[in-house]
Amino acid sequence: MNLAALSDLVNVGYLLAAIGFIVALKMMNSPATARKGNWVAMGGMAVALIATLFHPDIVQSLTGTGAGVDDVMRGETIRNYVLIAAVMLIGAVGGIASGRKIQMTAIPQMVALLNGLGGGAVALIALYEFINTPDPSRVQSVTTVLSAIIGSMSFSGSLIAFGKLQELLPGRPITFKGQQGVNILLFVMVAGLAAALMFFAASPAVFAGLLVASLVLGVSGVLPIGGADMPVVISLLNSFTGCSAGLAGFVLLNTALLIGGGLVGASGLILTLLMCTAMNRSLGNVLFGAVGAAISTGPNAALAGKQPKAYSVEDAAILLSNANSVVIVPGYGMAVAQAQHQVKEMAAKLQAMGIDVKYAVHPVAGRMPGHMNVLLAEADVPYEQLYELEQINPLFPETDVVLVIGANDVVNPAARYDKTSPIYGMPILDVDKARTVIVSKRSMNPGFAGVENELFLNDNTVMVFGNAKTTISKITGALDSY
Amino acid sequence: MIAVVTIFILAIFVGLEVISKVPMTLHTPLMSATNAIHGVVLVGGILVLGQAHSVGGIVIGVLAVLFGTLNVVGGFVVTDRMLEMFKSKRGKR
Repeated sequence: MNLAALSDLVNVGYLLAAIGFIVALKMMNSPATARKGNWVAMGGMAVALIATLFHPDIVQSLTGTGAGVDDVMRGETIRNYVLIAAVMLIGAVGGIASGRKIQMTAIPQMVALLNGLGGGAVALIALYEFINTPDPSRVQSVTTVLSAIIGSMSFSGSLIAFGKLQELLPGRPITFKGQQGVNILLFVMVAGLAAALMFFAASPAVFAGLLVASLVLGVSGVLPIGGADMPVVISLLNSFTGCSAGLAGFVLLNTALLIGGGLVGASGLILTLLMCTAMNRSLGNVLFGAVGAAISTGPNAALAGKQPKAYSVEDAAILLSNANSVVIVPGYGMAVAQAQHQVKEMAAKLQAMGIDVKYAVHPVAGRMPGHMNVLLAEADVPYEQLYELEQINPLFPETDVVLVIGANDVVNPAARYDKTSPIYGMPILDVDKARTVIVSKRSMNPGFAGVENELFLNDNTVMVFGNAKTTISKITGALDSY
Repeated sequence: MIAVVTIFILAIFVGLEVISKVPMTLHTPLMSATNAIHGVVLVGGILVLGQAHSVGGIVIGVLAVLFGTLNVVGGFVVTDRMLEMFKSKRGKR
């Protein structure tokens, strides 16, 4: 077969892959077809990868008769095929092993890590093309530089997001004096180096400088963002990696990259904005909220000087055992402590005692929208016990005990009336309307939005301090005595 | 080149259209799936490694293929695990 015909065949493969990706995303809009959609995407990816193995750019140095194709060249190409197979095998085994082993609670950081690797791959490809394209067209040099910048930022930013979620780094926003200045300086540096590369001096040293500056910009951009906002950041970086992959498609003149990257770049952005809407925040507020203006809204005057009531696990168990109806509000803290199985056990015991148990799932509970549903599903919590915000809010005034496990901002009454609060207007669970509220929390530290929560100081609220997992299993143990 | 630009811009528009009314519970799986799809950059990694004829090129190519493969395979496996749990729960209901 001649190379032109082969090229057509490869491009037909890419077309099939692109159709697969688009159909897959469409199917993932509905729970009923989502899983099949993921398989369709896998199929599309497999077609794209197999087609690439027959790409004329590689094959021509194996079978071609053109200039420079000799036995050495053929030998090296065969070696490259072997390398590709070996590295992909290693990567596939690693990917399957870690994907299967990972705890459901750790999904967000896993996605962050994988996304970072994708961004890193784009930056590497850009680097290779920069070195090996001696006389690039204007479009190629612009897209090479852009994909290098965005890919590196996505790589380093995702690693920081991973570190924050894995608690290798502190989850709170990391800010310092003059941070804005440093970020602006970095941005100017990246822009300057990029302009230099595109228009004046295409030297490897300048390109290396650009990669380093972009990596640092990714780090400094994500550091000041709090752990609870990481999902939005990951989603945005996901979109970034998509864009950079699409730009790499310009560099390589490859339709699979152009379409796959463009699709993810755009859909990732939409998804990011949807997540922001669910939290009633703007994207700008998420990204730059902690830089500059520090948030400081103390509890309101009536509550000033009040101390929270700390209860022991035994006291909490007595309260629960005397209730007729209990609503459990799982939150970020429960996800961190991986306490969903203990919670399920306690709920089963309460039900065995004849107590009505419901779960109230806030739309953004957990670490990502929908994450809490995944966690509770994993612990085999019956689906019909899960209540959404609109269903459960009218039921709180008739509820004896609400047990809030590691949730904070989603139950903060200030969101209803305090216009100065950064979470004002966010739909919340009205747990303060229940007869008694038990809050299981590690400490009195404010939530990731950095806002004090007056709920903890209310007369009908009691606090049980400690790790959610330990607290809940101790309560379950104590329930036996009552 | 104009054909390439056309393809990219159309892909962006399809991406904007295809995600519009996603229920909240699917945000996390969808993000994970799109994450796996941008692993298509592995195609670029294969092209680089396939044409590498220097030590530097091989090192860059090997890393790009490794990162890309992990991105693709890990991404799809994780997405499938998430969706598997949704499915069985809905089924029992």
